[in-house]
Amino acid sequence: MLVFNQLQTYLYLALALFAIGLYGVLARRSLIAMLISIELMLNAASINFMAFNRFLAPHPAVGQVIALFIMAVAAAEAAIALSIIVAVYRKLKSINVEQATELRG
Amino acid sequence: MNFLSGLFTPQGVATIAFIMVVGVTILGALIAVLARNIFHNVLGLALSLMGVAGLFVFLNSPFLALMEILIYVGAICIAICFAVMLSEPMYLPKPPRNPLKIQGAILGAGAVFAFLALLVKQTKWVPAVERSNDWSVTTIGHYLLKDYSLIFEVVSLLLLVAMLGSIVIARGGRGSSS
Repeated sequence: MLVFNQLQTYLYLALALFAIGLYGVLARRSLIAMLISIELMLNAASINFMAFNRFLAPHPAVGQVIALFIMAVAAAEAAIALSIIVAVYRKLKSINVEQATELRG
Repeated sequence: MNFLSGLFTPQGVATIAFIMVVGVTILGALIAVLARNIFHNVLGLALSLMGVAGLFVFLNSPFLALMEILIYVGAICIAICFAVMLSEPMYLPKPPRNPLKIQGAILGAGAVFAFLALLVKQTKWVPAVERSNDWSVTTIGHYLLKDYSLIFEVVSLLLLVAMLGSIVIARGGRGSSS
């Protein structure tokens, strides 16, 4: 059995990518770095969809369609997040999350 | 000798290519998260996404691999580059890292990793009884415009709203401040 023909390989790989992204979201303080980590986590989800699609699903087109939707939603999310980051920088002159405390009661 | 001759069969070459793709993906992800320079983070993200595109080729879908490079590397990474240029200058000194926060993040991510790895290991994955072999792009198009047409339209609306919203948010400060 070849290593790239097993479902488990892809699942563990996507898991590693997800954990790296989660570490980035928790540890980094720059908003842009957090956005980059979130993109990594979304990619892990898409790898999972494609792996299940390749090895388990009854019809192989469905998982690819879902992965395309994930990409579209990720693009929309990135556009909104980046414009918010630019607006926050203009207002606070910093993109460090620890300084963005305007909403604190 | 036996190992070397095994390396030059099609399976051996494919395995080497797969290991390289996996290495590029993980290395890029580590650069994207661990490097201190924000621009290196963006480049690491691009490298990692290239690796993911290679994985999609191994998962039988070159179309999705091309879309991955087009949308993620070509659009999202460039947009992040613009945000890097429009926000904090990179020559400013960065505040030192908080070791407690790093440890907490490692602990949290490690716990999620361990739990999900256990889940993957324990689950018995059962393939569908009847599986079709239709991998063509034409079929994806039919699915997009027949079975999933509502989601397709909603996603296009979402992209339009996101585009308008980002223009409004990013422009906001300009009119009021001047």
